Amino acid sequence: MSLLELRGVHTHIGAYHILHGVDLSVREGEVTMLLGRNGAGKTTTLRTIMGLWPASAGSVTFQGRTIQGLPTPDIAQAGIGYVPESMGIFGDLTVQENMLLAARSARRADEFDAKRLQWIFGLFPALQKFWLFPAGKLSGGQKQMLAVARAIVEPRALLLIDEPSKGLAPSIIQNLVRALRELKAQRCTVLLVEQNFSVARALGDRVAVMDNGRVVHAGEMAQLAEDEALQQRLLGLSLGAHQ
Amino acid sequence: MNAPARIPKAQFDFKPLALLAGVAALGLPLIGSPSTWVTLTVAGLAMGLIIFIIASGLTLVFGLMDVLNFGHGVFIAAGAFVATSVIAGMGGWAEAPGLWPNLGALFVAMLAAMAVAGALGFAFERLIVRPVYGQHLKQILITMGGMIVGEEIIKMIWGPQQQPLPLPTSLRGSFVFGDVAIEKYRVLAVAIGLLVFAVLLWVLGRTKIGLLIRAGVQDREMVESLGYRIRRLFVGVFVAGSALAGLGGVMWGLNQQIVSPQIGAQVNVLIFIVIIIGGLGSTLGCFVGALLMGLLANYIGFLAPKLALFTNIALMVAILLWRPQGLYPVKTV
Repeated sequence: MSLLELRGVHTHIGAYHILHGVDLSVREGEVTMLLGRNGAGKTTTLRTIMGLWPASAGSVTFQGRTIQGLPTPDIAQAGIGYVPESMGIFGDLTVQENMLLAARSARRADEFDAKRLQWIFGLFPALQKFWLFPAGKLSGGQKQMLAVARAIVEPRALLLIDEPSKGLAPSIIQNLVRALRELKAQRCTVLLVEQNFSVARALGDRVAVMDNGRVVHAGEMAQLAEDEALQQRLLGLSLGAHQ
Repeated sequence: MNAPARIPKAQFDFKPLALLAGVAALGLPLIGSPSTWVTLTVAGLAMGLIIFIIASGLTLVFGLMDVLNFGHGVFIAAGAFVATSVIAGMGGWAEAPGLWPNLGALFVAMLAAMAVAGALGFAFERLIVRPVYGQHLKQILITMGGMIVGEEIIKMIWGPQQQPLPLPTSLRGSFVFGDVAIEKYRVLAVAIGLLVFAVLLWVLGRTKIGLLIRAGVQDREMVESLGYRIRRLFVGVFVAGSALAGLGGVMWGLNQQIVSPQIGAQVNVLIFIVIIIGGLGSTLGCFVGALLMGLLANYIGFLAPKLALFTNIALMVAILLWRPQGLYPVKTV
């Protein structure tokens, strides 16, 4: 069953026409990978879903309800967590304060859901270590962990995560993939933009490939992972080159 | 949630505070007389804290929504003129021999000034600022225009002449300790300024609203993506900042004991210098910058009055050469 549906979505940023009729489905309880070359429109798709760059045409429905045209805070409150490519960490605030902002039901640090926080500390132990440390002083990998942790500090129906492995060392990426696999095991629904095909193959149930502002392929991740000719045609790569 | 034992310590940047202490310390040998130095230092701190009260709202408004409000001065003028009416209307209390009726008249005047300036700020944001979000040039033009209109409205209500704003009886004169004379009103101004600073620090550091403001100053888009309506927050900050400007207007007017419709425009220049040298959006930077300005204005005014006119600009140039983003720049990741 589709949790999120985009039908014929067009997005303009100023004079530029970026998305040219995107059709995309995200099924509940699955990790859907959004792949494509630089400039294909992946980040714009996520920002359009969040209402940060509103769709100029088409429809975006979430849990059967139309959300395009809603203000971003309403879309977030509907149950969508967003991890932007820039991570969106508040550098002057501590790790604890960053998490407290994301936990909308908690007014103070002692009102966190302790069980969920322990689960998050299990996924990202560095966050417990640096709990009272300014987030701006964390390493790139730790910031990415904080960005993901912030999105899951309260249950969300859908997570939008934009290139979490970008710029990270391979060992950090492994930790991140382990944590995202744990989320997948918990049946979290995720729409994940990724350039790293190995990461995509490790996490994805389904895949959508974008090019020039359109989805040009949608299907099972396993099918794309096995079909090198398809990879070559869609992404200009073969999985073998990335192993 | 308790912090685990091996948390690395975050380091606070003490250099701007050391600079402030250094300026005060340097003033002593240059001025020569310790009693004069104490008098000038208290006067400088009082002036700085009044400027801080006025500027604190403006720096948050800029940090949160990138709004350049050149009309902030109208709230200062409105507050000061409301105080002239309230204190004139409560002449019995203001001129009574006891301290408490005097303070009562003063606090009623301050509350009325804050209420009027806050209400004016609410209308100003809706009618003047909201249509020009994200358009800096239009913001500058329309908010300056708003201040001119505001000044003219003040002239219509109170007349174009300067209005006296006398200190209540108990606040006139000085405390004298040996050779040292400290004006009573300046002690009160320092106390109110420190109280406002403490309340702001508490709100910004200990409440969720404060956390949202600090986060919004750094990345408002992310705050919205977490489900918070930043525009409502901004309106609240704008109104609170306007009310603080009204309070500052009363205190500035009492410091001068006279107010003119141009008071806002005169103080505007000072507060923009303060928020720039403090680091746009930074409350602590605004506080340190305002105190630096207050101390230097008093020291230089005493040592070399002809240089006093250039002090503020020279301070801004020196600070920006040292720290181009201001004393305490707001960090974005």
